[in-house]
Amino acid sequence: MKFRANLYIGGAFFATAVIVGVLAPVIATHDPVFDANLMNAEIPPGWEYPFGTDAQGRDIYSRVVHGARISLTVGLVAQCINSIIGVTLGLTAGYWGGWWDDLVSGLTNLMLAIPSLIFALAIMAILGPGLVSLLIALGLTSWSYSCRLARAQVLSLKSQGYVQAARILGYSDLRIMFTQLLPNILGPLIVIATLGAGGSILAEAALSFLGLGIRPPYPSWGSMLSDAREQITTAPWLSIFPGLAIFITVLGLNLLGDGLRDILDPQSRERTS
Amino acid sequence: MADANQTPLLAIDDLAVHYPIGGGFTGPKRVLKAVDGIALSVAPGECLGLVGESGCGKSTLAMAIMGLVTPTHGHIRIADQEISATKKADHMHLAQTVQMVFQDPYASLNPRQTVRRTLADPLRLHGIGNRTEIEHRVADIMAKVGLRPEQAARYPHEFSGGQRQRIGIARALILRPRLVLCDEPVSALDVSIRAQIINLLLELKDDLGLSYIMISHDLGVVEHVSDRVAVMYLGRIVERGDWREIFENPRHPYTRALIAAIPDAFRRRAVAGQKARGEIPSALAPPPGCHFHTRCPLVADQCRSDAPALEPVAPGHLAACHFRDRAA
Amino acid sequence: MSVPLLDVENLRIALSQGGKSYGAVEDVSFSIAPGETLGLVGESGCGKSITALAVMGLLRPPLSLGGGRITLEGGDIHDLPPAKLRQLRGKRIAMIFQEPMTALNPLSTVGRQIAEMFVLHAGANWSEATDRAVEALRQVHVPSPERRVKDFPHQLSGGMRQRVMIAIALACSPDLLIADEPTTALDVTVQAEIVDLMQELCAAKGTAILMISHDLGLVANMCRRVAVMYAGRIVEQQAAADIFDRPRHPYTRGLIASLPRLGARVAHGRQRLQEISGVVPAITAFPAGCRFSPRCQRATDVCQSNDPPPTPLPENGLVRCHHHG
Repeated sequence: MKFRANLYIGGAFFATAVIVGVLAPVIATHDPVFDANLMNAEIPPGWEYPFGTDAQGRDIYSRVVHGARISLTVGLVAQCINSIIGVTLGLTAGYWGGWWDDLVSGLTNLMLAIPSLIFALAIMAILGPGLVSLLIALGLTSWSYSCRLARAQVLSLKSQGYVQAARILGYSDLRIMFTQLLPNILGPLIVIATLGAGGSILAEAALSFLGLGIRPPYPSWGSMLSDAREQITTAPWLSIFPGLAIFITVLGLNLLGDGLRDILDPQSRERTS
Repeated sequence: MADANQTPLLAIDDLAVHYPIGGGFTGPKRVLKAVDGIALSVAPGECLGLVGESGCGKSTLAMAIMGLVTPTHGHIRIADQEISATKKADHMHLAQTVQMVFQDPYASLNPRQTVRRTLADPLRLHGIGNRTEIEHRVADIMAKVGLRPEQAARYPHEFSGGQRQRIGIARALILRPRLVLCDEPVSALDVSIRAQIINLLLELKDDLGLSYIMISHDLGVVEHVSDRVAVMYLGRIVERGDWREIFENPRHPYTRALIAAIPDAFRRRAVAGQKARGEIPSALAPPPGCHFHTRCPLVADQCRSDAPALEPVAPGHLAACHFRDRAA
Repeated sequence: MSVPLLDVENLRIALSQGGKSYGAVEDVSFSIAPGETLGLVGESGCGKSITALAVMGLLRPPLSLGGGRITLEGGDIHDLPPAKLRQLRGKRIAMIFQEPMTALNPLSTVGRQIAEMFVLHAGANWSEATDRAVEALRQVHVPSPERRVKDFPHQLSGGMRQRVMIAIALACSPDLLIADEPTTALDVTVQAEIVDLMQELCAAKGTAILMISHDLGLVANMCRRVAVMYAGRIVEQQAAADIFDRPRHPYTRGLIASLPRLGARVAHGRQRLQEISGVVPAITAFPAGCRFSPRCQRATDVCQSNDPPPTPLPENGLVRCHHHG
C-alpha cells in the first residue's frame, strides 16, 4: 500500500479544524464575543493569551477556535448548496440534452466568466447582510464546476450498455439519473466538492474581510483579518493566527481532495479480465 | 422451428431513421440516412440474423426496435405495441416483450450494483412478485445462464468477460421477454469462450421459446444460429431469406462479396464469389441508384441511376439487384 | 537449411508486477525464412504481441527481455544498443498495428509520414521523397494518390489508413514485416482486400511476414506455417495446410471445434459447438505443469505436474503436449 501522504496529511489538517470547531466551547479559554476589556487591548502572545488579544481586548485564541465553527459551517454548507445545484443541473443537462442542455451550458459559461466574488457581492447587496444571505450568495456562485463535471461524466456514461439497458427495462429518466448515473459519477464529484469547500471558506473569508460577511463582533477568520488590517505592522499576531487557521484548513481540504482522487480514480477503472 | 403463417412477433414497415447533420455555422445541412426504408419481420420462435458492415445501419435499426431512437417515418409493431414517428416507445410496456443483449460485457453492467440488484430491481420496478418470488426468479435465471447462486452478491468487476456476458443475458431474460435482440454478443469475448455463449443462447431460445434478432459481422456465427438472414448495406436491406438460401445461393453481389471475404480455411464452401472492390462509402453520401454500384463486379449503367427494389428470387428469398436472377 | 531471416531461440519475456517477476512469454522459438509468411495465433494475453515487440526491440518496463536469442540473418539483434536498433527499424524490420489511428501522427499529412521513411533510411531529399510517397500510395491502391498525399489521417477511412500504414512500413522494402492484428478493427470486406494487398506487395518485394492474429482461419489462409500460442508458450507449430486437418494440440483442436465456420451447417447440420471450459489464465497466475491442463479434456496427472517439452513434428513443426496426436 502506498503511503498516501496527501490523504493522511490533508485528512489530518481538515479533521483538526473540524474537531477544534466542534469542541470550541470546551477548549476556548474566554468568551469570544463578550469577554472584551479595553484594558487588555493588543497584548502580544504570552502565557495568559496564547495568541494574544485584539483591539477590543478579546482573546484571539478563543476567537480563532470559535471562528472555526463559523468559517467551516459557512464553507461546508455553501459547498453543499453548490454541489446540489451543480450536480442537478449538470446531470439533467447531460442526460436530456436539447434546449435544456443549451440553457444550462450557457448559464454555466456565463457563471464561469463572471468573477465569483463580484457575483457574491452583488447578491449580498440585494439580499442585505446576514448569515443566510451569505450562505445563499456563496452557494450560488461556484456551482458551475460541479455542473460542468457532472455533465461531462453523464455525456460519456450515457451511451454505456447499462444505461441503455435501464431504459429498455422501463426505468424512468429520473430513476436512471439517480440509480445508474449518479453513483458512477460520485467519485470525481466528491473530489471537486472537497476542493470547492476550500474555495468557499476562502470566499467567506474574503467577503468578511470586505465587511460583507460575518459582522463584528462575531468571530470568523475573515472578519478577524479585516479587523487586523490596520495593525498589520504594529500587532501582527492579530492577522497571523486567523490567517494560519484559514491556510491550514484550506490546504488540508486541497490535499484531501487530491488524495481522494488518487483512490477513487484507479478503482473505477479496475477490471479482472 | 418458426411457423411462417403465424402473426409475426415483430413487423417493421418502411422504417427510416434520418439524422440531420450540420447546418448553420458548421457547413451545409446534410441528412444521414442511417436506416433508409426497411421492411422486416420476425416470427415467434425464430432467429433472424442481421449482417452488415460499418455504416449499414444495423445498430440504428437495433436502437429503433428497442425504442431508443425515434423513427423518422415508418412503423415498428412488436406484439401488440407500436412505435412510429408519432407514437413513442412505451418502455414500461415494451420491457416485458423485447429486450437486448449488448456487445461490450465490460460496459453493459452497472459497476456499482451487485448481480442480485441488477436482476431484482427490474422485477420490483414492474411490481412482479413479492420478495420471495423475486428471490426465486433471480436464482432461477442465474442457474439458467450458468452462474452459481453465491455469485449474486458480487460486483461486475469480480467476473470475467464471459461471465459478465452471462449476467447481461440473465438481465435481458429476467422479465421473460418474447424477443431478444443480441447485438454482437460474442465479438468482444475471447475466442475460446465464444462457443460457451453461443451454445447458451441457443439453449435458452429452445428452453424459453424465444425469438432472436442476432446482429453480427461474423458470418460463421450468423450461419450457425439463424433461421433467416437479412443483409444490410448503407441503410437498406439488400438481400433477405432462409439461411440456407442466403449462404448456398446468394443472389446479391454484396452478399457474395461478404462470403468471399471470409478465409475459406475448411475449403468446403460451395459458393465461390467475387470480392468487393474499394472502400465502403460514407453513409452521409451514399452512391446514387444502387448504393453498392461503386464496388460491384457486376455494375452496369442501370445500376448508377436506378435503385433496384427488394424483390423475390424464390419464395421467401428476396434480393435488391438488377441481376438477381443470375446465379453465382 | 539456409540461414533463416529471423531466428528466435528460447525467448523469455519477464513482466514485473507488485515487486515480483512473472514469465509472460517463456521458451518461445521459431524462425522465418526469407520471403516466408509465418502466422502467430492466440487469444488476448497469450503473449503474441509482446513477442513481436521483443523482436523489434520495443519492450518497455514493466516488460523486459528475460533470456533467449533473436538473430536477423545470423546477427544477434536482441542485445543491440538503441542507436543500432533504430537503424534496423523501418529499414530491415517494419511493423504495422491494429489501430492505424493511434500509430499515425494525427498532425502530419500522410504524404509526409511516408516521405519521412525515404529521407531517414534512403537518404533522399524531401522533394524526391514526396514523389516516392505518391508512388508508394499508388502501390497500395489508394485512388488519386497525388491528392491523398496531402490528407491527414483523420480524413481517411479505416481501410485507407491501414493502407497508408502498409505504405510506410514497406517504403524501404524491409526484409521482414511484422503485422499485429492489422485487420481486426476493419470491416470484413476491407479485411480481405488488406490481406490480399499485403500478400501481393510482400511477394513483389521479397519481404517475409510475421502475421499475428487471433483469427486462426485468416492466418491459415494467408501463411505457409502457423504457430499457436497459449499462455506465453508456443503449443503447436505446423504447416498451415495441415493445421486444420490434423491439429495436434488439444487447444488448437478445441479452438477449431468451437468456432462456427462458414459451410459447416450446410454440410453437417447444426451441431452443438464444442466448448473449451474455463478461462484464459492471467500472466500472474499461470497453472503449474502444462498451462492448458485445467481446461483440457485429456489432462492426466503428468499434465498437472510436468510442463510438456516441445516434441518435434515433421516439416519443422512442433507440439507441446504429453498426449499429442
